[in-house]
Amino acid sequence: MKRYKQMFSRLQSEQRGAFVPFVTIGDPTPELSFEIIKTLIDAGADALELGIAFSDPIADGPTIQGANIRALAAGVTPAISFDVISKIRAYHPTIPIGLLLYSNLVMARGIDHFYAQAAQAGVDSVLIADVPLHESKLFRQSAIKHDIAPIYIVPPNVDDDDLREIASYGRGYTYLLSRAGVTGAETVAAMPTSELIARIRSYNPAPPLLGFGISTPAHVKDAIQSGAAGAISGSAIVKLIEQYQAEPTVMLAQLKQFVSNMKAAT
Amino acid sequence: MSELKLNPYFGQYGGMFVPQLLVPALKQLEQAYVDALEDPAFHAEFQQLLTEYAGRPTPLTLCRNISPNPLVKIYLKREDLLHGGAHKTNQVLGQALLTKRMGKKEVIAETGAGQHGVATALACALLGLKCRIYMGAKDIERQQPNVFRMKLMGATVIPVTSGSGTLKDAVNEAMRDWSASYDTTHYMLGTAAGPHPFPTIVRDFQKMIGEEAKQQILKAEGKLPDAVIACVGGGSNAIGIFADFIPDEQVKLIGVEPGGKGIETHHHGAALSTGSYGILHGAYTAIMQTTDGQIEESYSISAGLDYPAVGPQHTHLQQIGRAQYVAINDDEALAAFQELAKAEGIIPALESSHALAYALKLAAQATEPTVLLVNLSGRGDKDLAHVHSVLAGGSL
Repeated sequence: MKRYKQMFSRLQSEQRGAFVPFVTIGDPTPELSFEIIKTLIDAGADALELGIAFSDPIADGPTIQGANIRALAAGVTPAISFDVISKIRAYHPTIPIGLLLYSNLVMARGIDHFYAQAAQAGVDSVLIADVPLHESKLFRQSAIKHDIAPIYIVPPNVDDDDLREIASYGRGYTYLLSRAGVTGAETVAAMPTSELIARIRSYNPAPPLLGFGISTPAHVKDAIQSGAAGAISGSAIVKLIEQYQAEPTVMLAQLKQFVSNMKAAT
Repeated sequence: MSELKLNPYFGQYGGMFVPQLLVPALKQLEQAYVDALEDPAFHAEFQQLLTEYAGRPTPLTLCRNISPNPLVKIYLKREDLLHGGAHKTNQVLGQALLTKRMGKKEVIAETGAGQHGVATALACALLGLKCRIYMGAKDIERQQPNVFRMKLMGATVIPVTSGSGTLKDAVNEAMRDWSASYDTTHYMLGTAAGPHPFPTIVRDFQKMIGEEAKQQILKAEGKLPDAVIACVGGGSNAIGIFADFIPDEQVKLIGVEPGGKGIETHHHGAALSTGSYGILHGAYTAIMQTTDGQIEESYSISAGLDYPAVGPQHTHLQQIGRAQYVAINDDEALAAFQELAKAEGIIPALESSHALAYALKLAAQATEPTVLLVNLSGRGDKDLAHVHSVLAGGSL
């Protein structure tokens, strides 16, 4: 959890926002995935959001569903995913690493065992896409026990009671949804008004990062200008992986370019 | 956000495991349901639709010829005679009324065999709602007549090719759609599974099956049946006929899951027979999964039972020992399908044939007078082409 605090205080002193790329671990293969994540770091990512492939990702649009399918087809398991994370942690000791996954993968390993493994691999936060606030107690307790930040999602339709609870339970960062729907660059981010972000911030939650539909430097810039502490971009990155999966060298060059452009907008 | 009004759990099973974004929509539905329960006008309209439009009460038929044992009487609760061809019509009428109460004009639904799709389409046509129905590409293939029915009644049918192209994937797509459309659209989930409040609402809108059957069998026999038998995919027809019998401990409740090519082959849809629990489509319940927690693809000759999870109340009833769950494989269901047609002049749905097949097994073993009540949840018209090709030597 410390790593998020350190990142946000560094960014504050630089007067910049965070750029956080998302990829699914093991897409398209575990080996190439490791190279991809290294590239994201080298190109200027402030933190990482990494998905563990699941058979039924109901909060994801077609692009990230495709990443899940490719990773599963390559034989990626949660165990292999944790191996990749351990290697990333060894490569970069200070970058915050967030996990994004679905509840059944946590349940299957036993909640506490899952968080213990995540901590051991060097994970800083866990966001479970299908565990809303009122079902989150057991997950949150294990997360805190293992010094992992439980991440909460703030949807555009959030009410004040939920905001108050999210502010008190969340650590690390707060995942602010730019819009309704599933992940994907097909539907662009709807920028929340500065008033909404100010209302959210008035509850003093962990710093809000804006996600869903963030695919251009202009989106990143707008997010930060509206008061977000940074932006998360997934589908736009995964699309590059999909497009260039047969040409890894081109893919890595494209990813590097994309991430440095997005970071430059912070 | 307000607290939940109803308990989302059945023992330790159930819950509301959905993205935060969908929680307000589920709470709105729960509130609409709780309000409707207290509104006599809602009950009157629902009742009127059930009797004057859908054709309730459905008859209870004592089989004349099929019982293999003179000691055993087999009664069929004839949901196959309900308008739409299956029990599915009951609960969609209820949910369609809730949709209107919430001021929503559009409906999305998932369908496996197409029966829930047909029911949704007819309710939406009747009540002036616009509907789009997600259906696995593989299911569209094996349930053509129902696809045509839905289209005739004005529904848009959207093929789902992701995953296994069956019910599970159709649910995924419906939930994805709903997470962008909940402001204007109701998700009319088709079975007593999924996130709270669906398992409760769907059960309550199906429980007239058991209430009627209980009165009918008491009238015919002067006593309760020895066992109530129903097929279980997601579990709505089973919970519908079980619910009113749950307090009658002397009545055995038996759910029949699809054994497919055999439980040992992994080609089946018998989630409760696997003894494995996890979260799928919003509920903690019995599911078919790998040791890593990836959801396994289910299999059944019957599209309506081809689902790797089950409604959470069934998991609870199994755990507390109040209901028992068994499996019937494709061949046994297919044999019962033909047997009922020959013996009684009734062509059952392949889904319901699973329940009947188990009743015939039980009947053959009985050594004392026994009364069995089978929920004949749907009619077999939709299965004719598929069964015809299987019997002609095609693959299952």
